[in-house]
Amino acid sequence: MTAVAATPSVLSRLSTVLYLHPRAMLLLLLAPPLLWLGVIYLGSLFALLLQSFFYIDEFSGTVVHEFSLATYAQLLTRANLDIFLRTTSMAAAVTVAAAMVAFPVAYYMVRHASLRMKALLYLGVMLPLWSSYLVRVYAWKLILAKEGIVTWFAEQAHVTWVLDALLAIPVIGGPSLSISYIGTFLVFLYIWLPFMILPIVAALERVPASLTEASADLGARPGETFRKVIFPLAVPGVIAGSIFTFSLTLGDYIIPGIVGNSRPFIGQAVYQLQGTAGNIPLAAAFTIVPIVVMSAYLMVARRLGAFDAL
Amino acid sequence: MRSEIRGKARRGAGTGWSLKAAAIAGMAFLHVPLFFIVLYAFSTEDKSFVFPLPGLTTKWFAVALGRDDIRHALTLSVQVAAVSTAAAMVLGTLAAGAVWRTRFFGREAISLLLILPIALPGIITGISLRSAFNLMDLPFSFWTIVIGHATFCVVVVYNNVLARLRRTAPAMIEASMDLGANGFQTFRHVLLPSMATALLAGGMLAFALSFDEVIVTTFTAGQQTTLPIWMLSELVRPRQRPVTNVVAVFVIAVTMVPILLAFYLTRETHDVAGSGK
Repeated sequence: MTAVAATPSVLSRLSTVLYLHPRAMLLLLLAPPLLWLGVIYLGSLFALLLQSFFYIDEFSGTVVHEFSLATYAQLLTRANLDIFLRTTSMAAAVTVAAAMVAFPVAYYMVRHASLRMKALLYLGVMLPLWSSYLVRVYAWKLILAKEGIVTWFAEQAHVTWVLDALLAIPVIGGPSLSISYIGTFLVFLYIWLPFMILPIVAALERVPASLTEASADLGARPGETFRKVIFPLAVPGVIAGSIFTFSLTLGDYIIPGIVGNSRPFIGQAVYQLQGTAGNIPLAAAFTIVPIVVMSAYLMVARRLGAFDAL
Repeated sequence: MRSEIRGKARRGAGTGWSLKAAAIAGMAFLHVPLFFIVLYAFSTEDKSFVFPLPGLTTKWFAVALGRDDIRHALTLSVQVAAVSTAAAMVLGTLAAGAVWRTRFFGREAISLLLILPIALPGIITGISLRSAFNLMDLPFSFWTIVIGHATFCVVVVYNNVLARLRRTAPAMIEASMDLGANGFQTFRHVLLPSMATALLAGGMLAFALSFDEVIVTTFTAGQQTTLPIWMLSELVRPRQRPVTNVVAVFVIAVTMVPILLAFYLTRETHDVAGSGK
């Protein structure tokens, strides 16, 4: 024992030093992740924001490294405003629809399913959430194709007229489901749905059973208990889910490119600007829009208590 | 009175039925499309997505196996995912270790910083990394892809490990120290075993996340083709459609294994891995 104490190894001496200096220990632990995320990630993010204050020289096509708000002025053209409007309306529509589809699933999962069933359903929601995004988008391309599955089922059920009527609606219709806003909307809804289900499940699970029992004891019918007790307590979950569905729809550029008509969304505009157009300042300014919209959204969500349901 | 009660019961049964139908419809909506992906991998028709399929064949599996472009893309994806996962496991564990027991200025900001890469739309992460690489004159390489992937994988490991550490009794560490173990021995023999499954689950999810990532990758890959990028190009300009389906089936299988494993590894704990993507 004394021999060990007399010649402590380098490691245990180091460990003693670290134990006596918790700040040094903390610094050692934090330095690598902070360097990675703080410098590489935040650094690039900051550099991007900085570039939105530069502008493209119209004659030479090169980026002028001088402070200017000219690029932001370009954001306000009619075509660009249309892009913002198109993207935010799609995000809003997807969010509302996702909440409507997700709520019954989550509600059934938490309040009606047996324990085994619940675990199965949970896995059933989580698997699509983590499994391949592209594969799932691809699935819809073949389902919605003009010669594809939806058309065939409509023919078999003799409801082709419903499909035709849907596609004939101005703006959201089109030559086929895979080249219309309806198609884009369906794919968005499908891809982001698990992001809505899980927070609602989390919120519903936190509704104490005693509360619903008390409500029933006080004479409320099941419907009333749902409306006045359960639903209000589940709202933070819905809002938490909406943060994901809204933000993910705002930034996606792959789905509208694969299923949809050719009118661009924010993500596609950014992609084209930084790629073929080589206009990094305008692309950077474009990305400010989802950041600002999401910050405002997050602030409202925080007020409504959505962060506790995350 | 009695009829009122019976009416209520009937109404209750009615809402139960429609609720169940809505839940089943919602779950079907989530899973039926994947079934069609598998089905179309066996189609004899390779020019369109005609339904019903004109015939069934398994020849596309052999075709896909023989294609060099697919094999190269797969190799690159696996390598990128492995290296990014390793980096994320180290960084995520360190960050979790720092946040776990020490209170310090900016502690809350750390979680926010870690979550930001997946909270902000991928296109923003992608474009900022790309323009930063350009500014630094860094050519696109294997490592530029890894930098992007590791950045958003860290949070997955961090969440899993931190959740587990929070349930590890500090008394265990004190006991280990009292018994004469130094900090490293305590980590090796006490902390590491207790967080091993959470670390592994986080690593599995990080692997699945990286293996499948396409948005950030399109900005950081340059001319290199990972499997998702290969797939994206096939979606935009289809060549042999059933071959794409075969690859899709393969991708479903490859990502499903780590996800199920992660679920299994953390199933006895309260917060199951994967709930916080």
